[in-house]
Amino acid sequence: MNKADMDVGTGLVGAPACGDVMKLQIRVDEATGKISDVKFKTFGCGSAIASSSYLTELVRGMSLDDAGKIKNTEIAKELCLPPVKLHCSMLAEDAIKSAIKDYKSKRPGAPTLGVTA
Amino acid sequence: MASLPSLSARRLPSTAFQRLGARTLAPRQSVPTTRPYVDGYRGCNLQQRLYSMRSATLTRPALTTNGTGMVVVKRTYVKETKSVSAVEAVVRLEEPRGSVPTIGKPPINLSVDPAAMISPEAGILKQATIMDTGSRPIYLDMQATTPTDPRVLDAMLPYMTGQYGNPHSRTHAYGWETDKAVEIAREHIASLIGADPKEIIFTSGATESNNMSVKGVARFYGAKKKHIITTQTEHKCVLDSCRHLQDEGFEITYLPVQGNGLINLKDLESAFRPDTALVSIMTVNNEIGVIQPMEDIGQMCRSRKVFFHTDAAQAVGKIPVDVNKWNIDLMSISGHKIYGPKGIGACYVRRKPRVRIDPLITGGGQERGLRSGTLPAPLVIGLGEACKIAKDELQYDHEHVSRLSKKLKDGLLAMEHTTLNGDPDRHYPGCVNVSFAYVEGESLLMALKDIALSSGSACTSASLEPSYVLRALGNSDDSAHSSIRFGIGRFTTEREIDYVLDAVKDRVGFLRELSPLWELVQEGIDLNTIEWSQH
Repeated sequence: MNKADMDVGTGLVGAPACGDVMKLQIRVDEATGKISDVKFKTFGCGSAIASSSYLTELVRGMSLDDAGKIKNTEIAKELCLPPVKLHCSMLAEDAIKSAIKDYKSKRPGAPTLGVTA
Repeated sequence: MASLPSLSARRLPSTAFQRLGARTLAPRQSVPTTRPYVDGYRGCNLQQRLYSMRSATLTRPALTTNGTGMVVVKRTYVKETKSVSAVEAVVRLEEPRGSVPTIGKPPINLSVDPAAMISPEAGILKQATIMDTGSRPIYLDMQATTPTDPRVLDAMLPYMTGQYGNPHSRTHAYGWETDKAVEIAREHIASLIGADPKEIIFTSGATESNNMSVKGVARFYGAKKKHIITTQTEHKCVLDSCRHLQDEGFEITYLPVQGNGLINLKDLESAFRPDTALVSIMTVNNEIGVIQPMEDIGQMCRSRKVFFHTDAAQAVGKIPVDVNKWNIDLMSISGHKIYGPKGIGACYVRRKPRVRIDPLITGGGQERGLRSGTLPAPLVIGLGEACKIAKDELQYDHEHVSRLSKKLKDGLLAMEHTTLNGDPDRHYPGCVNVSFAYVEGESLLMALKDIALSSGSACTSASLEPSYVLRALGNSDDSAHSSIRFGIGRFTTEREIDYVLDAVKDRVGFLRELSPLWELVQEGIDLNTIEWSQH
């Protein structure tokens, strides 16, 4: 997805030194305010990739507010992550929040149609 | 010899029992076996089966009918002449041992499953874990452990069944025969490293040998000498022994290594102190395979009258080792790294000039009082046999491993953004440690689940921390996170290497597509300029 698009929010969290980097992009439907499409790219262990993959399934079709409320425990529970891998689900939670923040920062105030920067 | 007739004559005894029974001529029907005959480790079962059937049918009871038409079993005794043929059959049972082709050099018939070439037993194990491809994963983790050579198992088996004497028993033949075999094993180990058999102490493995050497020397000479030198890239068991000694009031110098994994001899020279008791530096590193300059270190230690211990678990049997040429005072050897059994190792302790150590395990005073406890004779004999084979085939194995290693290394380094960790020249070829930039090591291990690999030592593979060895080389954390160790050994085949190369290229490509870092790099962004959030 093109991260310069106005209806796209991008979140990049983590650090290569810690072994996990997650990039999450959401496309938000203008009319409904719901997430119409999600894409991820992850550098990290299997749990991190699984967490981000599950997250994309989870938030697709959700409204931004609901997506922002996703807790890492939900992801961890679904994937049965062991305690040492809990940080992967936290990273996923951070990623979606960061993506939503990015989307909102692009358009302060009420969403308007077709505004170019 | 009289034997009772057997109704279960057609039931076949299992291998171990068969051999035990063969040796002692025990009545066959007493063997409780309900399990169908499983394919044994040697692959000559059909022959053996026929032989055992032949001997079993000797005691087949005579079936007659009485007047009412009922079948009765008449008890008979085996005639003298027939028991002779029973002995013959026993002799034939032993025959296939020599005639079986050695499994060390796999046949070129590539239609055979690679695992099955190592041991037909793998055929049974195959049912335990069927991977996507329908066969067992390719084993490329020879630094963690090696498969037991079938020839080693052959040497061990008699001492697990018939010859079970305690090697320390002096009062009967059981003890004597085991003791003799143990002493022969000791000679094999000594001759592999150029030592005297009396200088070999059997232990449970290299970890115990390392503990015994480091703690033993430190505690014995601790009253006067309180300083120990080691390196940052040692195995955990040496580092942890040193940590314990620190708690006891010793001072430890952890030498840094250069970018290629080798120590700087000048660093070592300046680290010596008048009260230095011991220098412990490993010969071949277990993660990156670099070979330290042993001869130079040995000379420096000897001229200063400092004891020199080396952890040679990854070196013995793989590169030529000579304790006298290298001036080594103590050396740790592991059984399962050289195609021997697990749970056995040895420690070389020099006698001239004598090295004295404070034993970790005390008791009956076995092994010159340095390591009490009954020797596990079958394991000891297995280690001896492994050393004998390693000595005989050292050059052949080394050439085989070097050839495969070169192929693997060239193939992997031909990919973009890959680097070899460790010095390329002073390097044991069987250990290839490569960093794949922008791919996380653990995810690559998961993607390559049809290949058994490791991102570092097996002891630390459960932790999330990047390898301390790679960090000691000065690698950044992210490159330490992206490293994979490939271990090549005696039984690795060229076809396996071809498969691994294809698989690695394929999966690394896939994971890079998935990696945000790779994307950023392709866009031309320098990763170091990004401010990463910390977790």
